[in-house]
Amino acid sequence: MDADEPLLRVRDLRVTLRTPRGPADALRGVSFALHRGETVGLIGESGSGKSLTGLALIGLLPEEAQVAGSMRFAGRELVGLAEPEWCRLRGDRIAMVFQEPMTALNPLHPVGRQIGESLRLHKGLDARAARAEALRLLERVRMPRAARRLDAWPHQLSGGQRQRVLVAIALACKPDLLIADEPTTALDATLQREVLQLIATLVREDRLALLLISHDLGLMGENVQRSLVMYGGTVVESGPTADVFRRLAHPYTRGLFAARPRIGLPRGTRLPTIPGRVPELADLPAGCPFADRCERVTDACRAAPPPPVPVAGDRGHVARCIHLDTYA
Amino acid sequence: MPTFLLKRVTTFVATLAVASLLVFAVLELLPGNVAQVILGDTATPESLAALEHRLGLDRPAAERYLGWVGGLLRGQTALSHAYDTPTAELILERLQVTLPLAAMAMALTVALALALGIHAAAHHGRRGDVGVMAASQLGIAIPNFWLAILLILVFAVKLQWVGAGGFPGWREDEGGGIVAGLVALALPAVSLAAVQAAILARMTRSAVLEAMHEDFVRTARAKGLDRRAVLRRHVLRNAMIPVLTVMGLQLANLIAGTVVIENVFVLPGIGRLVFQAIANRDLVVVRDVVMFLVAIVVAINFAVDLLYALVDPRLRAVDA
Amino acid sequence: MSRHGDFWRRARRHPGFVVGTALSTLLGLAALVSLVWQPWPPAEIDIPGRLQPPGAAHWLGTDSLGRDIASQLLVGAQSSIVVGVLAVAIGLVAGVALGALASARRGWVEELVMRFSDVAFAFPALLSAIMLAAIAGPGLPTAIVAIGIFNIPVFARLTRGAANAAWAREYVLAARAAGKGPWRITLDHVLPNIANVLIVQATVAFATAILAEAALSYLGLGAQPPVPSWGRMLNEAQAQMFQAPLLAVWPGLAIVLAVLGLNLMGDGLRDLLDPKLARRR
Repeated sequence: MDADEPLLRVRDLRVTLRTPRGPADALRGVSFALHRGETVGLIGESGSGKSLTGLALIGLLPEEAQVAGSMRFAGRELVGLAEPEWCRLRGDRIAMVFQEPMTALNPLHPVGRQIGESLRLHKGLDARAARAEALRLLERVRMPRAARRLDAWPHQLSGGQRQRVLVAIALACKPDLLIADEPTTALDATLQREVLQLIATLVREDRLALLLISHDLGLMGENVQRSLVMYGGTVVESGPTADVFRRLAHPYTRGLFAARPRIGLPRGTRLPTIPGRVPELADLPAGCPFADRCERVTDACRAAPPPPVPVAGDRGHVARCIHLDTYA
Repeated sequence: MPTFLLKRVTTFVATLAVASLLVFAVLELLPGNVAQVILGDTATPESLAALEHRLGLDRPAAERYLGWVGGLLRGQTALSHAYDTPTAELILERLQVTLPLAAMAMALTVALALALGIHAAAHHGRRGDVGVMAASQLGIAIPNFWLAILLILVFAVKLQWVGAGGFPGWREDEGGGIVAGLVALALPAVSLAAVQAAILARMTRSAVLEAMHEDFVRTARAKGLDRRAVLRRHVLRNAMIPVLTVMGLQLANLIAGTVVIENVFVLPGIGRLVFQAIANRDLVVVRDVVMFLVAIVVAINFAVDLLYALVDPRLRAVDA
Repeated sequence: MSRHGDFWRRARRHPGFVVGTALSTLLGLAALVSLVWQPWPPAEIDIPGRLQPPGAAHWLGTDSLGRDIASQLLVGAQSSIVVGVLAVAIGLVAGVALGALASARRGWVEELVMRFSDVAFAFPALLSAIMLAAIAGPGLPTAIVAIGIFNIPVFARLTRGAANAAWAREYVLAARAAGKGPWRITLDHVLPNIANVLIVQATVAFATAILAEAALSYLGLGAQPPVPSWGRMLNEAQAQMFQAPLLAVWPGLAIVLAVLGLNLMGDGLRDLLDPKLARRR
């Protein structure tokens, strides 16, 4: 496999879920690529499909979900992979950190043992070696008094400490790809930056690929090289983070940024909002998913999903909107 | 940890004390004159007074209560008026039947319920689950003594594999033996176990399902553990916590159940003792046996509480 | 009002609830019908016609004293229902009052109520009933009181737990801020919101009461002759096990159907009334 070949190439990924109102397409043709050591962010609100994308990449979608399309990881096709094969990949080559640190650890097992679990599973370490390695990992995630924490119970740790443990668990076997789904959303604002910078540092040190899923534009801006904006199960805009944030090419992206509270605005300023609400999966329109809430909408938009259009002047920056050029 | 233990022990002792007061009040004070009951309407005032004095009924209530409790704690109990033996002796003798019966029933219950409950949870929504739920729904609706009678009809009357009741004794020289004794307790144990197992199976299933949907299960799967390992290491152990409490309660139900079942099968156990005592108006026996059974229930719940703390580190926590 | 229509629409599609309600209604009907009509007088003894198998005259046969089984079953439903209703009523009224009090007052009142229920739980229901029978003598009233008393801690615990949750809700906080007293709040806000939980528990308690009454009657401590009772029928049937094994089947079946019906209805109500309560199905 040559060095330029992406570690992960997702092509036209489609996921159909069972809802009380019948089957609904939750992901409608997501495509992107990720190279080794690259950091990519998936930006979107809840319901955009960003978490589902993460779950699809680690094979933890709900059982009734149907997956179509292609996800090639290190040359291997993940769509349709058998469960025993998934178990070999998970924790070892692909790892994930989730949103809720308070409930993500088993209250009945000491922390050190939970870190060592994947080491013993994938690397065949014995209890003693796993424990030593767990200690080293705890120190890497900057856990204060790591040696004492090794035998601590989860309930004895704070939220931030638990999230560090979960990062340690994810990185234990030195995976190639780390997926982080809102890893800091449940933490205090002060901790958020710290933990995210820790993740970014470790990812850099180990040359991992990082897929960061979040709705927090600030964190994205600081930590990922490329950004993908998701809405209604599709990637509506993608490109280098700086460019995406500067150009705000897609109307949804523009709306997201406009709605951010900013320090220094005069008091009483009404924050602009995007009119309408995120529709339920079963209610998404046939064409552009953003059609019902967009100010630029025309009939052509509803006819078919817009193809990715290069954003003038930028490299590797595309947006799915047929009216890009009408707005600067 | 000692504070936690202290609190539990205090509750244990306090509950026992209040329970004993209740039992005493209901069975000693309320019935009025026990001597009258024993001797009947034709008793002369003198014989009544003599019996009252012998039974200690002419002493003040508080003194009688303390005397009773003191005696219980020292193992010196009053004489049953029907059998003329200390109740402690009677209880011990009858325990030789009831204890093995309860143990067998409990073992059967736990084995059946855990197996079925876990199976149902693991096959949630599919045939195995539906089957277990239907069977358990039926199980909790069946009175255990009816099941007992049906079992007797099938195994004793129709198939004639076992006798229709009675207990041959544990000793060979009395016409019994270990095997004969166990055989005699088999049907009673099954009758007791079936209903309790149905209840426990449902509880187990729902506890396992709850545990399966916990976030830490997702973490475990993300580590690459296969479904069986996740079940073993993360789901079952956590699910056992609520199941343990229910098992403790079940033991209490089992004890109540033996009262009925021992009467169905005419087994010389504690349940039958209580029942016969009521028929004989032998309130002394009723009082002491009820107190004994209540004490056992309280002790079991206390033990379950301690076991809880052993299994769940969050309960032992004093600091971070 | 569309909420009620919606409820019945969903209820019709819930198989457990439908079956359960059907069976429970059957139970009620049997008792009602038996008040005005029975195939035969249930207490009428007819020694020459004893132990007859099911036939045209006696649909389910006769027992050891020649009494008609079907009639006894019908009238026996009355005892079951009476015990169920009254025992649950006792538990409900006293238990809810205690639980609501504990929840409204908190502090030592709550502590006391909870300790009391802890002690009460140490007395298995059957045992308490036996204790009472020992001093008060057997009979239907004894059974009702004994089972009823045991229901009190059950409802007290449940009420207190649910009420505590209700007290924490925003509209209650608003009412408190508006200066409403605890009794007003309990009556206006707390009780209506825990009603669902109580209804479900009452249904299940009804079923348990029927089982308990049957056990007591089997032991001879419940309804006394000539009042028919399913439990006592089973006791009598056991004596005839070798001659007429079928005798033991009918009363037991009646009990199972009644209890099953109530349990199914209770489970169905739980699913329908409060989706948050519904366990994973």
